[in-house]
Amino acid sequence: MSQALDEIKIGGLGASRKRVEDNRFIRGKGNYTDDIVLPGMLHMEILRSPVAHARITSIDASRAWEIPGVRLVLTGEMMATRNLAWMPTLSYDTQAVLATDKVRFQGQEVACVIADDPYIAKDACEAIVVEYEQLPVIVNPVQAVADGAPVIRDDKENQADNVIYDWEVGDKDGTDRAFAQADMVSKLKLHYPRSHPSPIECCGSIADFNRATSKLTVYMTTQAPHIIRAAVALVAELPEHMIRIISPDIGGGFGNKVPVYPGYVCSILASILLERPVKWIEDKSGNLISTGFARDVYLDGELALRSDGKILAVRMHTDADHGAFFSDAQPSKFKIGLLHSTFGCYDVPVGHLTARGMYTNKAPGGVAYRCSFRVTEAMFFQERMMHAAANDLGMDQAEFRRINFVADDQFPFRTPFGFLLDSGQYGKCLEVGLEAVGYQDFLRQKEEAKANGRLLGIGISTMSEPLGAGNSREYDILGIKMFDSAELRVHMTGKALLRTGARGQGQGHETTWAQIVAHELGIPAEDVTVEEGDTDTAPFGMGTYASRSTPVAGAAISMVSRKIRAKARKLAAHLLEVSEEDVEWELGRFYVRSAPDRGVTIQECAMAAYSNMPDGMEPGLENNAYYDPPNLTWPFACYIVTVEVDPETGVWDVLNMVAVDDCGVRINPMIVEGQIMGGLTEAYAMANMQFITFDAEGNCVGSNYMDYLLPTSWETPGFELHGEVMTPCPHHPIGAKGVGECAAVGGPAAFVNAVMDAVKDTGVRNIDMPLLPDRVWEALTYRRDVSGAPPVRSDDD
Amino acid sequence: MTTLYEDRSADVPSDVPVRRIAFTVNGVKKIAEVEPRLLLAHLLRQGFRLTGTHTGCDTTNCGACTVLVDGRAVKSCTMLAVQADGHEVTTVEGLATASELHPLQEGFKEEHGLQCGFCTPGMMMAAKALLDENPDPTEEDIRWALSGNLCRCTGYQNIVKSVLWAAEKLRSQS
Repeated sequence: MSQALDEIKIGGLGASRKRVEDNRFIRGKGNYTDDIVLPGMLHMEILRSPVAHARITSIDASRAWEIPGVRLVLTGEMMATRNLAWMPTLSYDTQAVLATDKVRFQGQEVACVIADDPYIAKDACEAIVVEYEQLPVIVNPVQAVADGAPVIRDDKENQADNVIYDWEVGDKDGTDRAFAQADMVSKLKLHYPRSHPSPIECCGSIADFNRATSKLTVYMTTQAPHIIRAAVALVAELPEHMIRIISPDIGGGFGNKVPVYPGYVCSILASILLERPVKWIEDKSGNLISTGFARDVYLDGELALRSDGKILAVRMHTDADHGAFFSDAQPSKFKIGLLHSTFGCYDVPVGHLTARGMYTNKAPGGVAYRCSFRVTEAMFFQERMMHAAANDLGMDQAEFRRINFVADDQFPFRTPFGFLLDSGQYGKCLEVGLEAVGYQDFLRQKEEAKANGRLLGIGISTMSEPLGAGNSREYDILGIKMFDSAELRVHMTGKALLRTGARGQGQGHETTWAQIVAHELGIPAEDVTVEEGDTDTAPFGMGTYASRSTPVAGAAISMVSRKIRAKARKLAAHLLEVSEEDVEWELGRFYVRSAPDRGVTIQECAMAAYSNMPDGMEPGLENNAYYDPPNLTWPFACYIVTVEVDPETGVWDVLNMVAVDDCGVRINPMIVEGQIMGGLTEAYAMANMQFITFDAEGNCVGSNYMDYLLPTSWETPGFELHGEVMTPCPHHPIGAKGVGECAAVGGPAAFVNAVMDAVKDTGVRNIDMPLLPDRVWEALTYRRDVSGAPPVRSDDD
Repeated sequence: MTTLYEDRSADVPSDVPVRRIAFTVNGVKKIAEVEPRLLLAHLLRQGFRLTGTHTGCDTTNCGACTVLVDGRAVKSCTMLAVQADGHEVTTVEGLATASELHPLQEGFKEEHGLQCGFCTPGMMMAAKALLDENPDPTEEDIRWALSGNLCRCTGYQNIVKSVLWAAEKLRSQS
């Protein structure tokens, strides 16, 4: 009889294990960057530009130097003497660390002060006098390419205009032919507004250069400590082994904490110059106006359709507003991230996508805000386009999707833009969602309500998201291949220490990673400590973003556990005095095939590795694994929202929100559901209120939480989650797919489609997000599309 | 008995005004000498090293710095330290006893009411103020009471459940 352990009881795969990290957070004993105090530590504050585009004519810091307690004032000129006024971005561009010649967006770093106390540093920043000669401002791509537009990046040789790239992917001729044969063409044009990931914790760092050892230790809010170490080694020309990046607890990341920011660089230089630890903690305005934004893409596309509803081809163009520096954090091969994953879940034979990127006088970024490199824009356009096309065809929204889904027996499926979908049950997910929301009933209710002057609407969004970059053949950042790693050390008593190259920011790695070890080795999850974020101890990895941790680092954990198990098998054979071939494994235990009662536990094998190994065997029980995934993982999601729109005010309320997520095997269902609910809330936020825009002078509207609206517990609707559809990933060692971002990616279109459905009778085709009451009211009242593109329209339009 | 700032620098000028305040922090009487402009959040974090009180937004929107002042939920980034003179301040570090977690702390863990953990102390303190006043809140009561505290990870649904869990446990104990 099997003596295998009960996997759920030991906190293995599928256990909704309570989180380990909670124990410190609920006591207020987390260790975030700002909580760290080092002896002799100084404090840094940044002076930012109040204007969006100007030539700096003078900087007078003399009064700042006079304030007692001020230790150093850094300006661009001083940075330049050390070749640090500019730094490379993650997209092969350059970015000013401290401005020398010009400022190119409001909030750009101009100077910084290091003082004994943050209050003194702030006082001193105010005492710095900077004179600006203002220049014409560009706040959108149309202005960027207009005749006579000033060249924003005149610092770059060979940059004659404001275009960063002109890129295309797909089959132009094939697409043209398909359009020529279409019965009908459906078009849509929209703007996905600029947003900010806005974790509650801002960015910050503590640089600590030790002259005696030449070692630089930097505690910082980074989702990718090893990339930062590489960047510091290259930018500051310090030897990599003398750089230690420690990413302590992170108060939310969402992509905002991937790039390298000027503040990090300044704190490092200041610490080297002063030989004391220097802490920089950004304030919220600084975070919102200067660090990695997301989206800000204009999407214009069309579908070639057959009258029976079959999609024949897709054609798209995007204009992306990248701000003053091209500092997207994304795979280098693809200029607009994975935008060409659009329409992946539908069997579309051919497609062509063109993309242009523009410099504007806005903050740089283009980070993967809770998504896998621009897939949010891709899936939003896809699902808004699907909604519009179904209406144009006069077809039911669900039926139109059913007709075009990639079928269960078509996997692996090559998309028109070259991705390879791994697995899925798309139709089944849709049916579960429709059943849960009571689709047919709702359509009836909607008609009844209409008779009473009430506006109800339903919106569907279905999509498959490409998660878990690499493989290394196609995915790299600055040439560094996107694999990940794990290192497992089993102590002699069978307890273990696991380290990975990922860096969680709330995803619960300390809990779930131990569950993978429990699944593979039968070591109870509570016996496994998980550590991440310290480049001196963790194996090299690309960090945590783009839902890549479970697909890549999670897979590495399985693989390293299997290496440990292979060695343990040899130890077991030795202990059981049989040949290795006669040893069988069940969870937590090896036994003799012919005598199952004779067995040894994994813990006994661990003890033997230190005390009783066979002759010639290397002692110890530890190993590492670097995992290069063969493909992305492709979870699927179906989100359905019902709303009621108030025709008099344009306010809309969510009646119901159903989410069906097929993310393959769920390691910890509780954590997966938590991730989905968080993503749905961000989707609701984007659809309802959350955006950052600019006035014509380039002033950021949304530079604090009074102007940049984030949903609270009061507005946020409840969600109904469904996890009953589960298609394992065929190439992941435990069948898991990424999940943390699907809802934020696929969700927004469900909300918008629901409102558009409610106002369908007006003939309005599009209202740009966020669907603020005034925009919906305008659409209803004037029966016209409403664009949200900056600059904000003046009232007399 | 008294916790003061580290004397970080010898050359802080003598004309910086300093006020002496006496107040209670987590049940212990404290005296501090502070600049009048010092925010309570900064005194707690830097002066007392009670770093469970987080500062998130500087504009009293996010609520990560919520503490109790005489039992009422207050955002400590918008209160001057000198205003705490003579009052009783409770931070997240004052929730648990040496041996026992507060039911709110247990509830947040049980119902997965936190992810990155940054908003959590503020959430729990705002929830404590609610439960002290209303031991049997509805979901709507909780959503309203926590509407001054932002969370970017959870979507609030599990936070509401956590508070309901704690309310039930507290009622069963009383």
